[in-house]
Amino acid sequence: MEVAGGGGSGSPLLLSDAEQQCYSELFARCAGAAGGGPSGPPEAARAVPGAATAAAGPVADLFRASQLPAETLHQITELCGAKRVGYFGPTQFYVALKLIAAAQSGLPVRIESIKCELPLPRFMMSKNDGEVRFGNPAELHGTKAQIPYLTTEKNSFKRTDDGDKQQETQSPTMSPLASPPSSPPHYQRVPLSHGYSKLWSSAEQMHPAPYEARQPLVPPEGTSSGGPGTKPPRLQASLIRSFSVEREPQDSNSNYPDEPWRITEEQREYYVNQFRSLQPDPSSFISGSVAKNFFTKSKLSIPELSYIWELSDADCDGALTLPEFCAAFHLIVARKNGYPLPEALPPTLQPEYLQAAFPKSKWECAAFDSYSESMPASQQPRDLHRSETSVKDMADFPVPIQDVTLDDKQASKNIKDEASPKDVSEDSATPKDSSSLKARPRSRSYSSTSIEEAMKRSEDPPTPPPRPQKTHSRASSLDLNKVFQPSAPAAKSGSLPQPPALPPRPCPSQVSQHSVNSESSAQPKPPAQPYGDFRLQEQSEQTSEAEVHPQSSRGPSQAAESSPAKKDIPYSQPPSKPIRRKFRPENQAPENQELPPTVGGPASAPTMKPHPAVQKQSSKQKKAIQTAIRKNKEANAVLARLNSELQQQLKEVHQERIALENQLEQLRPVTVL
Amino acid sequence: MAVCVAVIAKENYPLYIRSVPTENELKFHYMVHTSLDVVDEKISALGKALVDQRELYLGLLYPTEDHKVYGYVTNSKVKFVMVVDASNTALRDNEIRSMFRKLHNSYTDVMCNPFYNPGDRIQSRAFDSMVTSMMIQVC
Repeated sequence: MEVAGGGGSGSPLLLSDAEQQCYSELFARCAGAAGGGPSGPPEAARAVPGAATAAAGPVADLFRASQLPAETLHQITELCGAKRVGYFGPTQFYVALKLIAAAQSGLPVRIESIKCELPLPRFMMSKNDGEVRFGNPAELHGTKAQIPYLTTEKNSFKRTDDGDKQQETQSPTMSPLASPPSSPPHYQRVPLSHGYSKLWSSAEQMHPAPYEARQPLVPPEGTSSGGPGTKPPRLQASLIRSFSVEREPQDSNSNYPDEPWRITEEQREYYVNQFRSLQPDPSSFISGSVAKNFFTKSKLSIPELSYIWELSDADCDGALTLPEFCAAFHLIVARKNGYPLPEALPPTLQPEYLQAAFPKSKWECAAFDSYSESMPASQQPRDLHRSETSVKDMADFPVPIQDVTLDDKQASKNIKDEASPKDVSEDSATPKDSSSLKARPRSRSYSSTSIEEAMKRSEDPPTPPPRPQKTHSRASSLDLNKVFQPSAPAAKSGSLPQPPALPPRPCPSQVSQHSVNSESSAQPKPPAQPYGDFRLQEQSEQTSEAEVHPQSSRGPSQAAESSPAKKDIPYSQPPSKPIRRKFRPENQAPENQELPPTVGGPASAPTMKPHPAVQKQSSKQKKAIQTAIRKNKEANAVLARLNSELQQQLKEVHQERIALENQLEQLRPVTVL
Repeated sequence: MAVCVAVIAKENYPLYIRSVPTENELKFHYMVHTSLDVVDEKISALGKALVDQRELYLGLLYPTEDHKVYGYVTNSKVKFVMVVDASNTALRDNEIRSMFRKLHNSYTDVMCNPFYNPGDRIQSRAFDSMVTSMMIQVC
């Protein structure tokens, strides 16, 4: 083991073997706790090349556990140089531990005092009455919560026992000296369960939970280095602190007392129930939007909610799993009760810890069935499921980023392993390790919100798009109704309502007149759409196709010319009618040429007059006007159809042009900028 | 190590701009602003229909006497602009690319936050810390 050289004092620090081992264990634990622990201020996390740092949080807790008064701890921290350099390197840590031992032995806190032989520092870790030596395994019993942590301590400290036995005898005598400031907390440590519940109820105003209920919180495995293990002692230290006068953290380095960031059993149940109300499947996600709506009800400000989300969504996928959700909920609860938000996610709220503490099997209990029945919002999560599975296929946008993300995260993982841990980056890196596995849900959930809405939209039967105007079967006359109405926004108020029944077909002579009139009148009229007229119009188009082209001024006929070029096939005309009509336009052609293109229906009335007025004038005129109106409407429809076709042609031409431009660009040599 | 990092929205207003605190930060703001023209020129030069083929990393936008400006555009036309010290010759293209990639990842994380409305200023602390890690450490 190396001898820690020149701490704050400048003189080499000589440690006995026992002290070396003890201190290095403590240091490793504090540094290990930094792996999942709360970060101190960023400067505390600055890495010393080649050496690990102990995070300020666990270190501060450790110091507090030494039962020294706050001023002493301040002095010690300053003396050991941690304040000056801003972090707890090994040297600073060892010096500090030495100073703590000195202080506990009653010596003044000076650099000189650590030069002499000192007992090991004592830290109050156990719940028992009476002070327990940090490294003394014999007294470590009673509290189940401490056992997993302390068994590791036992193993590590057994070797130091022999060397310590001598100093042990001193410690009971020394302890009273150190205990006066700690006696009030010592006293209050006894009714710990009661005190805890009081604290919790006062602090949280939520479910007061007996302390014993928190025993199962501590995971039986001490795999996450000293992280979970330090929590019970830290909890005690923090409880003690909170009962003492200083409720606020003393210095900027000290983290918050741990208990607000612990989730009790009852709170856990509550959170899980809330989760189920939003998402019946406890192993699935809550999407971002759902969670946003839910958390907005807490009436916290949006920036705070945004920050809480940032803390709790460890894998940054835009969705909350159950542990993430519990963490977020817990943070919101804490915030509402006045606790300032932490800089980083406390270790007790991290998803791995929460999942380990509360095994999933517990969540997916029988209550799941009862909840799944009565979920009002169950449809939404079902949509989410559906959308998630569908989005997996459709994740086009996030996929390239996801690939890049995976590469980057793996690279960052490797880099992280080499470099010394920075608290902040580590907090983000460790979740990112798991996020490399969860990168798929990232893509899933990122677009799931948008796809979900799309899915919802598609759930409603989409309004059928307007039928293409190309198809011209007889049945499509019904479509003309839809076509005409949107295309004739300036419909006259006096436009004829849609006829419920087919109007009587006008006689051919009238039809011919009206067809002439409708063709001659360039202006579209809001027509009624009788079935018969449509056929007639088709006939007129057919005839115009068949005959010599009439005047170009006749727009509808022009429309009919170009459109029939495409519509020949779709036209399913009874052959008799065009034949019948063919002869007429020949007669009418000269008439059409004579007649200038007149405007509007009223114009059609005077044009009727020169025609042989065989018919009865008044009633026929009315009928003629009506049919003329219909004709105009049909002409309008034809024009609209033509317009849409031309637009489509234009689009196609545009696309062709773009394609050609692309080809040109590709062929052109790439310009280097 | 960047001297100034800026995130510009599609509509060319800044979502996030941060520079090394020197005496004349306005100069960096101005450089970022002028670089937007170059960015637009680059992304339009490749044609409108070639969005898929356009690379996100734009490279060196323009050099000045003291600084070099690099650009990066996302598919949603959000631009990242980075100003680096011209005297820092050890900075390779790959490093710039990796820095932009990190920026993009952090930006995506910010977007994943449902409480973040696209178009707001970026106030995420994680993003801030990532940018801090990229900036020159001015002691």
